[in-house]
Amino acid sequence: MGIDEELWEISLRSLRVTLAALLIASAIAIPLGTYLAVQRFRYRRFVISMINALMGLPPVVVGLVVYIMLSRSGPFGVLNLLFTPTAMIIAQVIIITPVIASIAHQSMRELWAEYHDLLISLNTSKRQRILTLIYDGRRNLLTAALAGFGRAIGEVGAIMIVGGNIDHVTRVLTTAIALETGKGDFALALGLGFVLIGIAILVNLAIHTLSRTEREGRW
Amino acid sequence: MTAAFPLTLSGVHVRKQGKTVLGPVDLTLATDGTTIIVGPNGSGKTMLLRVMHGIERVNDGQVAWECDDPAKHGFVFQTPIMMRRTVAENLAYPLKLLKTPKDQIAMAVDHWLARIGLEASRNGQATRLSGGERQKLAIARALIRKPDVLFLDEPCANLDGHATREIEALLYEVASAGTRLVMATHDMGQARRLANDLVFLLDGKIHELGPAAIFDRPATGALAAFLRGDIVT
Repeated sequence: MGIDEELWEISLRSLRVTLAALLIASAIAIPLGTYLAVQRFRYRRFVISMINALMGLPPVVVGLVVYIMLSRSGPFGVLNLLFTPTAMIIAQVIIITPVIASIAHQSMRELWAEYHDLLISLNTSKRQRILTLIYDGRRNLLTAALAGFGRAIGEVGAIMIVGGNIDHVTRVLTTAIALETGKGDFALALGLGFVLIGIAILVNLAIHTLSRTEREGRW
Repeated sequence: MTAAFPLTLSGVHVRKQGKTVLGPVDLTLATDGTTIIVGPNGSGKTMLLRVMHGIERVNDGQVAWECDDPAKHGFVFQTPIMMRRTVAENLAYPLKLLKTPKDQIAMAVDHWLARIGLEASRNGQATRLSGGERQKLAIARALIRKPDVLFLDEPCANLDGHATREIEALLYEVASAGTRLVMATHDMGQARRLANDLVFLLDGKIHELGPAAIFDRPATGALAAFLRGDIVT
């Protein structure tokens, strides 16, 4: 396999793992962030504080915990997920869910303050309120998701531990950069770094273009 | 005559941070006409409307509707709340919540867009409308469900004469068609033009109420002073 083919394979795997993690994390974090904006309950402030605190979760610790859970002697060892892309996705979901939830909560809180009286006066159900806020705040939520994407695509510590950086199986751009740097091949490592930055920029541009965030008069 | 009325408030109190902002209020609103609520700033006009509509909870007392179907009463806020959607989508929203069939929604939206003169802006963003257009859209959005009663909180505040006239014409039309209006205003000219009944609030309490004739024969010195334009506290 030539270097171009290998680079292509690693880049695609990076994208696949990150986008899968982003989809799963967004599906959890966006409704959670919106629910926290709309619903008042006893430990709400504590939950919000916890989510904000978890934004700074050290990836290496996440990797270690996921490793322990998925290792043969761990509770999920029977699933044989350790050193697979699935394990990497799990670790990334844990890392980026609080990031997306926290940013989503912030923007949904502002939108809820704006819509509160109207939605109450129209006698909306809790579910209708959450769906309305998600729909009308979708462009702000996109920013939250992109922040999660940025965190996930550049992640190395956790996925190195749970993925193992196995060639043709779990090697992604970040772990390949770490490997090449360790081997002293700085030129290749730097090249991979530019590819990583390029992918991140392309994905951001593609999502912004598709969702028309900058179109005049839209959100 | 509206199915929702009469509406009776008995011994209603609302307290905020230990301070009574409304009450005690005992009031029965009859089945027909337009009731105008007037009073100085901070007298509790907005709070009374919010309590009647059910947006605000009462600390004591009861708010009893003859037939309480929340879809049958609408509310128009002093500052119109525009959803981050197009003008047509803003209008359609209350009907979508009720799962109204799409063809009926389209018909109702077309009707109201024509009625408020915003057909040309149907696909424009609602937040880009002028103040008067926003308020007309907010009123149409509240009326699209065909409510029995419409509460309006100073809908013409900060609007110019032209926009005020358009809104008053719209309100007069819906009132003539049988919708019960309950409106707070600080514009005494508007109150005289629209009122069948008047409620004068002072310091969170109903100081005087009666038919529109009390504009000319106020029973209390406070209402007489308020109508003269004096500062009443």
